[in-house]
Amino acid sequence: MRQRYNALSVLWGGLTGQKHWKQVWGRPEPKPHYDVIIIGGGGHGLATAYYLASEHKIRNVAVLEKGWLGGGNAGRNTTIVRSNYMVPGNTEFYEHSLKLWENLSHELNYNVMFSQRAHVNLVFTPSQRDAMARRYNLMRLNGIDGEYWDQDELRRHAPHLNYENGRFPILGAYVQPRAGTARHDAVNWGFARAATALGVDIIQGCEVTGFIHKAGAVVGVETSKGEILADKIGMAVAGHTSVLAHKAGLGKLPIETHKLQAYVSEPLKPIVDQVIVFGGIGHFYISQSDKGGLVFGGDLDKYNSYAQKGNLPVYENVMAACMQILPCVGRVKLLRQWAGVMDMSMDGSPFITKTDIPGLYLNAGWCYGGFKATPGSGHCFAHTIARDAPHEANAGLTLNRYREGRQIDETGHGPVPKLH
Amino acid sequence: MLRIDCPFCGPRDHTEFSYEGDATVEYPALDASEDEWFEAVFLRDNPRGPHSELWHHIQGCRSFLVVQRDTLTHQITGIRLAHQPTAEALK
Ligand SMILES: Cc1cc2nc3c(=O)[nH]c(=O)nc-3n(C[C@H](O)[C@H](O)[C@H](O)COP(=O)(O)OP(=O)(O)OC[C@H]3O[C@@H](n4cnc5c(N)ncnc54)[C@H](O)[C@@H]3O)c2cc1C
Ligand SMILES: [Zn+2]
Repeated sequence: MRQRYNALSVLWGGLTGQKHWKQVWGRPEPKPHYDVIIIGGGGHGLATAYYLASEHKIRNVAVLEKGWLGGGNAGRNTTIVRSNYMVPGNTEFYEHSLKLWENLSHELNYNVMFSQRAHVNLVFTPSQRDAMARRYNLMRLNGIDGEYWDQDELRRHAPHLNYENGRFPILGAYVQPRAGTARHDAVNWGFARAATALGVDIIQGCEVTGFIHKAGAVVGVETSKGEILADKIGMAVAGHTSVLAHKAGLGKLPIETHKLQAYVSEPLKPIVDQVIVFGGIGHFYISQSDKGGLVFGGDLDKYNSYAQKGNLPVYENVMAACMQILPCVGRVKLLRQWAGVMDMSMDGSPFITKTDIPGLYLNAGWCYGGFKATPGSGHCFAHTIARDAPHEANAGLTLNRYREGRQIDETGHGPVPKLH
Repeated sequence: MLRIDCPFCGPRDHTEFSYEGDATVEYPALDASEDEWFEAVFLRDNPRGPHSELWHHIQGCRSFLVVQRDTLTHQITGIRLAHQPTAEALK
């Protein structure tokens, strides 16, 4: 039985030497057969297992993770959560996910530190303001919150921005107040703990190396811990989707794997209260963690890469962008920098879908926006696997849309993954 | 920084180039079937390892280069001009 976390237990633990904490997931060995196997122990895989067990009562489930839990993008991202999308397919999905975020700590009985501190998209030119007005008006028509802050209002909320910049004059900002950040590790651990309590096996250090096919269907996987059979298999391996898709027999996918870097500074007193985004002209986003570190990032490195390490030119661009809008942090020291590899899709939008191979389900194409999708993705993927049909929120996120000419291209960049 | 040895310009930083993706993609005839077009426009091998890719020397001689690069180690093992007649003429 799962130990419930609450204020009283924290207080009691504090008085009794913190000896009350119990292990929340073990190191199970794989069983020979599962109802469902999920490949990939990132946020999406863990969330899928949780919702399979909690909503669909499918509890004979294993999550197979080649490394350690949350060692992929789930533990490497800049933790921005928002739903400011305007194209059908994305709109309903990301808003569905945001609604799940709003209750996630209660649902999991685990503080995922979801902080709705607002996502502030700065505007520098009148044409940018018009384009964003269209986006935020469309959001409002779809029941998603969005508003405009003129410069006076923005100055009240974010006084430290550089308002005297002649080259990049900040006119105002489009804002989604319900957006914000969450603690990425807590999200992974919260889902892992809740899924384990419902009977899910989380098997770390277990790499899927091949698939077992029978009569055209996928019936199991070959792993570094031997063969494991399953009625249904779901893939949620983010940047490594193409590698496994080839092994499964899915062939080529509309994906290129690219890397994205992130940076965190030494801890500071509170200075950035929201998620601030310098988009369009530059590409830079920044927030401040509860520990005080400034967490920020920018563009992709822009060439195919499976190396989880970043290159210096992008580093320099990101710092230059930071100095344009927040020159006051110029003397702050950088603490760490890292990179993750992502499944950049041809239209910048994901897919959660059945595949042409019976027994095989696919969750991929998250680009660098999949952290915010974590609960929504797990919820919809579990539904798709359990019912063999999409949830209404992921009905548009098919793989066939490229063939059918129905790309979900928020930015209108076309089939060039590095630009999304 | 990746260093790309351009046959015209010599070794240059990759920031002088624009990355143009998988060089093995061949665009079909204009009247080819939708399936062929779908495959060329949208589907990619996306290997974890050796990759043949196009780099456009946009801030140099403006040639398109076919670069053999490993996507895991970033090691470059071959570079040639994409335009075959120019490559021949340079020999
Ligand atoms: C630097 C950076 C910043 C980002 N910032 C944001 C942001 O601010 N907001 C946002 O919404 N999104 C952001 N993202 C994107 C987001 O992190 C990803 O889209 C999301 O985490 C992907 O889903 P996941 O958590 O399941 O992926 P992952 O955590 O990468 O999970 C996939 C797992 O599959 C495992 N795996 C791979 N191959 C195999 C195999 N053969 N067998 C077994 N296991 C395997 C991997 O080890 C990995 O743990 C960012 C990404 C990066 C890299
Ligand atoms: Zn050149």
